Amino acid sequence: MSKIEIIAKEASEIIKNYDADYIEAHFEESTSSHISYRGKKLDSVDSSRSIGGNIRAKVKGGWGFTSFNNLNDLPLRIEQAISQAKLISQGDIELTPAEPIVDEVVLDGDKNPFKIPLSEKKELAGEYNDIIRQTPGLQTSVVSYGDSVKKSIFINSIGSFISQERADITIYLMAVATDGKEVQQSSISTGSRGDFSRVKTLHSQVKEMADKSVQLLAAPQAKGGEYTVVLDPVLAGVFVHEAFGHLSEADFVYENENLRQLMKLGKEFGTKELNIVDGAAVPGLRGSFKYDDEGTPATKTYLIREGKLNGRLHSRETAAKMGEQPTGNARSISYRFPPIVRMTNTYIEPGTTTFEEMIADIKEGIYAKNWYGGTTSMEMFTFSAGEAYMIRNGKIAEMIRPIVLTGNVFETLKNIDAIGNDLDMNEGGGCGKGGQSPLPVSNGSPHIRIRHCLVGGA
Amino acid sequence: MERILEKAKKVAQSAEVFMISTEQTPVKFENDRLKHISSKQSQTVALRIIKNGRIGYSITNDLEDVNILVKSAVETAEFGTTAKFQFPAASDYPRVDIYDASIESVSTGQMIKLGEEMIETVKEHTPDVTCEGGVTKSTTAIKILNSEGVSAEYRKSAFGMGLEGTVIKDTDMLFVGEDESSCHPLTDTKAITSAVIRQLEWAKEQGKAPERATLPVIFTPSGVASALVSPLISAFNGKNVYEGASPIGDKLGKAVFDSKLCLWDDATIPFCPGSRPFDDEGVATRRTTLIENGIPSAFYYDLQTAALANTQSTGNGERSGARLPTPSASVFVIKPGDASFEEMLADIKEGLVIEYLMGAEQGNVLGGDFSGNVLLGYKIENGKITGRVKNTMVSGNIYHVLKDIAAIGSDAKWIGGSFSTPSLYIPALSVSSKK
Repeated sequence: MSKIEIIAKEASEIIKNYDADYIEAHFEESTSSHISYRGKKLDSVDSSRSIGGNIRAKVKGGWGFTSFNNLNDLPLRIEQAISQAKLISQGDIELTPAEPIVDEVVLDGDKNPFKIPLSEKKELAGEYNDIIRQTPGLQTSVVSYGDSVKKSIFINSIGSFISQERADITIYLMAVATDGKEVQQSSISTGSRGDFSRVKTLHSQVKEMADKSVQLLAAPQAKGGEYTVVLDPVLAGVFVHEAFGHLSEADFVYENENLRQLMKLGKEFGTKELNIVDGAAVPGLRGSFKYDDEGTPATKTYLIREGKLNGRLHSRETAAKMGEQPTGNARSISYRFPPIVRMTNTYIEPGTTTFEEMIADIKEGIYAKNWYGGTTSMEMFTFSAGEAYMIRNGKIAEMIRPIVLTGNVFETLKNIDAIGNDLDMNEGGGCGKGGQSPLPVSNGSPHIRIRHCLVGGA
Repeated sequence: MERILEKAKKVAQSAEVFMISTEQTPVKFENDRLKHISSKQSQTVALRIIKNGRIGYSITNDLEDVNILVKSAVETAEFGTTAKFQFPAASDYPRVDIYDASIESVSTGQMIKLGEEMIETVKEHTPDVTCEGGVTKSTTAIKILNSEGVSAEYRKSAFGMGLEGTVIKDTDMLFVGEDESSCHPLTDTKAITSAVIRQLEWAKEQGKAPERATLPVIFTPSGVASALVSPLISAFNGKNVYEGASPIGDKLGKAVFDSKLCLWDDATIPFCPGSRPFDDEGVATRRTTLIENGIPSAFYYDLQTAALANTQSTGNGERSGARLPTPSASVFVIKPGDASFEEMLADIKEGLVIEYLMGAEQGNVLGGDFSGNVLLGYKIENGKITGRVKNTMVSGNIYHVLKDIAAIGSDAKWIGGSFSTPSLYIPALSVSSKK
């Protein structure tokens, strides 16, 4: 038995005996490794191990929380969490009813990155780095590979005991080109839920990316203003995450009467063709799992169905307050944080339009691909393309410098007037919220066309 | 720790053990009321060795696990990077006051009071604002040992308060916010509440930015932090310079920026949460002048990068998460000028004030680009703020924008405990807005 299993067993014996409405605990063990190249040399190889736990206690209107990596003194930690919760006297927290669950999810043998020798990972990262460096006109490169395997045990005061293992792989590649005056960069970020073979065959993509960074030096900048834009599946995935996903997280609306009115189920957000889904129950993606960090089984939630608001992402607390069902979206990046409402795998379902049809009637527009990043204020969102082209008279024309796009969450979905037939999932990067970053998620979409999108520029 | 060093010395030519322990108590308010109280304890130990000329590195927070820690460091050394540096020998460190013992006696009850006071004051001014807030205290202990004789430690206290307000009218949302931090316990909420109330006042009316224009813009200190500082941090990073990826890598001594602009990195400022007597590699910290009157004069380095670049570490080796030390800005300071905010405002016929630019750091930061949505900003007409602007993007490149600065404010302010800047008045910036 591992160290955390012993501790978790001990804790599950005593956790019922305390004076609190509800207590839960997480115990976690993880191992990770990381390899990076920068320019002509290997930059770093490191490995880390982490062990720790937390206690979360609810007494009436408040949550007390303690996190620790010293696993001794468990009773003391529980008492501390309870006494903190008791300091919060106002209000009341409800939780949706839950049945005790006892289950064990073990790692799929083929999806354990630690079965791949470090030398092989280093070799792969080195190969990618060479491809970038051999590109004429290139100044420098970054290749950063990371993987981790985590075992976490969730227990609570109603008798749940859930042990889950998961693996995660991320790879980030960047090419930097300069002509002595300006610097341009181009990057790829991808990953998998532990499957090394998924990041092994990026060679041609890496070559393309490196060429792109050199070409960017000669590319003009877009003029700022409103455009019809077509997004590729990767960037459209980031768009759906930022422009709608975060808004559907119920912790943003559940205690705010204005927002509850604004986010009434059935409200029209887009055209009939628009369907947006989130769910960890879709297997094999970076946001997939069997139980969330409150022990709720994963589901698949239609956030938007035929253009109308159909559901939202819940924890047990937000669902109880809104009289809805929990969706299995309470997640934390590690034992150092309490679970909060997060996305898992979020995507726009495919429609019927082909890419050619989509651009055919655009006189002047922008085709934006790949991503740097994105963020949202809930009302406004921004996201940035790593690669962009002008569309002129129905054809892809000259390459332009990367652009930042922005829009209003409540208006922009209505401006989506074409949805492609080519859904693809993006597994790069991670999501940040409430100081918890990066959380493994995936997002995706087919190609989409958006009217009246504001683009920053010269 | 001594035990780890002894074990490591048996298997490697040289070694370094770094330990960080933190205790943190965050008190969090949501939807105008107290919601979470937490206490977080963590301790991490990192081992870096040089074995046969290569770097091995491993990190754990399981302190009972010394053998595995040493073993993994040896394993990574087999594949590791060639070490170009040696661990530093014992030396004198500057005296940097960053610990205030009185933080230990601040009770959770006092922290709750501060949060309640902030929310109450702001809601009194604008009843329909919804507030989120936080009050956090923490103490950090750092200890470093190496085989060349360094054995040093320090303790740091930190106290932070912050408030975010949202005003929602149908689908229109206004976000305001302010925070403050110090190594001393904070007892007065006035700086935060008056800043938030000022933002609410300025945003009362709606202003409108032109569809496409080039306008004068004043970046407030938080505006500078959200848009302009990331490209600067990246440009002066010795690693980017060494790799030829910094646009100013070959421009030391040349006039790159406006002659009014002065910037330095200084981790010796007393009671500043970003300060420390030595960096995460045991190198003494100092003040490094980066821009003197518009002319780049130095870059910042850690040990390995400095050795590669044939120079000295500036005491900027920093560990983030589980990674090896890398050059990082410690405390960035832009020198204040002599223009008051009102004087700058009075100078502008039509322009913008930018307090927060959202998404600005998601483009070609290395090349100096910034482009983002004006999440909090105001319209200036005839020298006066006339209301809030929305649906507006601002774009530029710091190598154009900071070459011609109309004025630098006298209103220097700390943003987040490790960056101090005044307002910057930029005479011409590209603005686009929704029709």
